[in-house]
Amino acid sequence: MRRSISIHSEPSVLEKIRHLNWGLIFLIIAVSSIGFAALYSAAGGSLSPWASKQIVRFCIATFGMIIVALIDLKWWFRLTWPLYFLGLFLLLVVEIMGHIGMGAQRWIDLGFMKLQPSELMKIVVVMALARYFHSSTIEDMRRLPFLVIPTLIIIAPVMLVLLQPDLGTSLMIVMAGAAMFFMAGASIWLYIGAAVLIAASIPLAWNFALHAYQKQRILTFLNPESDPLGSGYHITQSKIALGSGGLKGKGFLEGTQSRLNFLPEKQTDFIFTLWAEEQGLFGGLVLLGLFGLIFFYGLWISLRCRQNFARFLALGLTVNFSLYVFINIAMVMGLIPVVGAPLPLISYGGTSMLAVLIGFGLVMSCSLHHDSKVSR
Amino acid sequence: MKKNQDHVRVFTRRAFVIGGLQGALLGVLGTRLAWLQVSQGSRYKTLSDKNRINIKVLSPQRGEVVDRFGVPLAVNTQNFRALIIPEQANSVEDSLRSLQKIMDISEKEIQKVLKQAKKTAKFVPIEIKDDLSWEDVARVEVNLPDLPGLSTDVGERRSYPFGEATAHLVGYVGAVSKKDIGDDPVLSLPGFKIGKTGIEKRFDLDMRGKAGQSEVEVNVVGREVRELNKKKSRSGRRVVLTVDGELQRFTQNRLSQEKSASAVIMDAHSGAVYALASFPSFDPNAFTSGLSAALWEELLANPAHPLTNKAISGQYPPASTFKMVSLLAALQSKTVNSKTTVFCKGYYEYGRDRFHCWKRGGHGWVDGRKALQVSCDSYFYELATEVGIDKIAQVARMMGLGSKLDFELKEERPGLVPDKSWKLGQIGKKWQPGESIVASIGQGYVQATPLQLAVMTARFVNGGYAVKPWVTADGLAENIMPADGWPKLDVNSPHLKMIKEGMDRVVNHEKGTAYGSKIEDELFAFGGKTGTGQVQRITMQQRQSGVKNEELAWKSRHHALFVGYAPLKNPRYVCSVVVEHGIGGSRAAAPLARDLLLETQKRDPGSTPVHIQETGPAGKVGFKGAGR
Repeated sequence: MRRSISIHSEPSVLEKIRHLNWGLIFLIIAVSSIGFAALYSAAGGSLSPWASKQIVRFCIATFGMIIVALIDLKWWFRLTWPLYFLGLFLLLVVEIMGHIGMGAQRWIDLGFMKLQPSELMKIVVVMALARYFHSSTIEDMRRLPFLVIPTLIIIAPVMLVLLQPDLGTSLMIVMAGAAMFFMAGASIWLYIGAAVLIAASIPLAWNFALHAYQKQRILTFLNPESDPLGSGYHITQSKIALGSGGLKGKGFLEGTQSRLNFLPEKQTDFIFTLWAEEQGLFGGLVLLGLFGLIFFYGLWISLRCRQNFARFLALGLTVNFSLYVFINIAMVMGLIPVVGAPLPLISYGGTSMLAVLIGFGLVMSCSLHHDSKVSR
Repeated sequence: MKKNQDHVRVFTRRAFVIGGLQGALLGVLGTRLAWLQVSQGSRYKTLSDKNRINIKVLSPQRGEVVDRFGVPLAVNTQNFRALIIPEQANSVEDSLRSLQKIMDISEKEIQKVLKQAKKTAKFVPIEIKDDLSWEDVARVEVNLPDLPGLSTDVGERRSYPFGEATAHLVGYVGAVSKKDIGDDPVLSLPGFKIGKTGIEKRFDLDMRGKAGQSEVEVNVVGREVRELNKKKSRSGRRVVLTVDGELQRFTQNRLSQEKSASAVIMDAHSGAVYALASFPSFDPNAFTSGLSAALWEELLANPAHPLTNKAISGQYPPASTFKMVSLLAALQSKTVNSKTTVFCKGYYEYGRDRFHCWKRGGHGWVDGRKALQVSCDSYFYELATEVGIDKIAQVARMMGLGSKLDFELKEERPGLVPDKSWKLGQIGKKWQPGESIVASIGQGYVQATPLQLAVMTARFVNGGYAVKPWVTADGLAENIMPADGWPKLDVNSPHLKMIKEGMDRVVNHEKGTAYGSKIEDELFAFGGKTGTGQVQRITMQQRQSGVKNEELAWKSRHHALFVGYAPLKNPRYVCSVVVEHGIGGSRAAAPLARDLLLETQKRDPGSTPVHIQETGPAGKVGFKGAGR
């Protein structure tokens, strides 16, 4: 066994704050600030209704992030299963409320904010898988029976989210889960098998599982110009906005597509479009670069961790974050169908901001406590 | 321990794979972004401009129509309108009430505006009233401070100074109907008018002009934010006609003495039309200012079809005016020569059928010239079966009958020249020799328009050239006379000379059928041929009881026709006249033709070239109206 090296006694809170990943926090602030600017522009050069609220939320969520980061990782390790089942419970509550007569609802109204359990579930599933794989060995990972429980850990929330119905989020949970399996050392054959299985089930899903609006989105994605005023409108207008931005962009507050309202949902799902229209290729690449640095930071933290739980958690949450980014940006560029996923840290929205920053809080907790033992 | 080390190594390796994948995906996104913004940038820039820039179409000025001397036949007059923009008015109704105090506006008009204001966006101007007098405009302008939301503007309205006289020829403009809306954005402008009939319709595209554009930036709901760019509209083409407006008016007035008639006056050599009129007519100005339903009903119900241009779309049996064709066919096929005589005993028997000459007692011995002069039917009955319908039809077509003549107006009808294969194909029966007999005097299946009859006459008297009619002077149409003249017809000049002599005698010989219409002044003397077209078959009973045609109902009476030319020597003008149900060619049509030909010769429009240029000295780029 390894000897414990440096930390013999509990470090003080101040010491911990000093050791926070200030570089990561700086990157997060930088990206969020781009978001504030974009929201300011989306409102036609006004702080209300979006930018000011978003700044307040960011401040609150950043505070929460730091709290989460300061809490010792072993507590998170111990809280994993309770949190996981709490998440499942909340999903069930939303589902039952929906059945009772509030229609397709995805949130619980807490009074001060609307909590979307599915957003939190994305983090909790990663925690649960990290917890489960923490004590595994490579040999364990190659035994299929050992993988039954983590598969169930993924499937349970995915089924509940699918019932909402929210295909986008359930796919993200599945992809994050698959990434966790991969980093924990699952066989490559597992992925090949899964790919074959998925390919085989596409016709079945098309005929029985997908909603009409989901089918329409896929069809529209395959040929957006077929329906320029209907469902293809979003994709087409978004591509026009991006393309017309050109190399240098139209200038801050000068994006005609968004300012004249041709761009739909410019403050949420299509905010990257607004940014790239006004700031051009240069601004778009700067944002992509900042996201890349954040991914790199998360990867670096995970590699520095001494515990499996911390490694898996840090990298898992980073992958989770990057999936958000990829899916949103690929969507607005017309590379994948419109799935209704926000751009983390940039899009207007409370739960999403909270979930992302809590995730980073956990990553920083992993970093801060990279030497501490979580169990045994 | 070792196992854990393995696990860490696997994790590290896979973490790098994940990092690599993330990097690769970022690369894909960056590349896509660059492709969209740089390679496709200009394309999307255009699309983006299309999105935000609303092209407002500026109405072009419609080209005028003028006659050969530059006298306007269709012009644009100013039309002042009062408009209201709801969003600039505190209350649309209050503003309208205030307006009512200074201007005559009916309650109905106010309700119409209020209804419209509820339907359209608040920034779209609504027309309250048009055709305002200058006093009204001044009154509104002065009171504008008390009339929030109100404004006046000046639009254009088509007006036709010659009114009824040019209604059929020039036509009229009307609102764009759904089926007319095509590519031209101008058509969707509110209040835009397009040509509906006549010249206005035929050259609508040329006369319409090019719309201007005002590029305005709009938001997604279409509200204008600012004007970015403006391109002025370009006026439509001015159309110069070969007609003489005053002669046209004279013709129309002369026709109005009959119940229903039409006439064409044409240049015998060039084919330029000097007048083309149809009566009854209508006032085209009533159409452009909004025709009342009652007037429209009245026009439709009139049995004399005032909306139809009978000069080109009326198809009549040419009757005896066809006899020149039959005679030429007989001469060309050598069935007869200039000396051949036939004895007319008042009827002609073929098999068991008896064909009557119009003159009960018969004409006695007649030759070709005399057959035309006295319009003896028996002469033609005699030669018809021998010449045969196919030869007659061939000559008829050569003289311009039986098909359209590429005239500019789309209302032109083809008429009909029957032959054996036509009957077999269209009716499914074999041609009977008796039908050739009927056809030889222009009855039966034969039909011709007044325009065709004028062309036929021109070809007989111009020395045998295949002249075609045209009415636009400045090269708009392709049917005008070729530079080297019309092609020569395949006819023998002596034959034409003999027929012309016959036509001369019709008018100028005391036994001629139109002798009563002779012009005494030798300078203006004319020749021609009468025709009386049966509308209903004369029954044996009628023939025996001697019922006079004028005792029948108007609709059952004969059509009266006349084709003429003048002057006698070197004819320059030809004319055709059809008086519907006018009973007799010599009594109704010939006097009319005489008046027309006399007036035409006095005005002599063919001696002045068409004045094509809008300004500057007349005749500089002129077109010689008459040939040779």
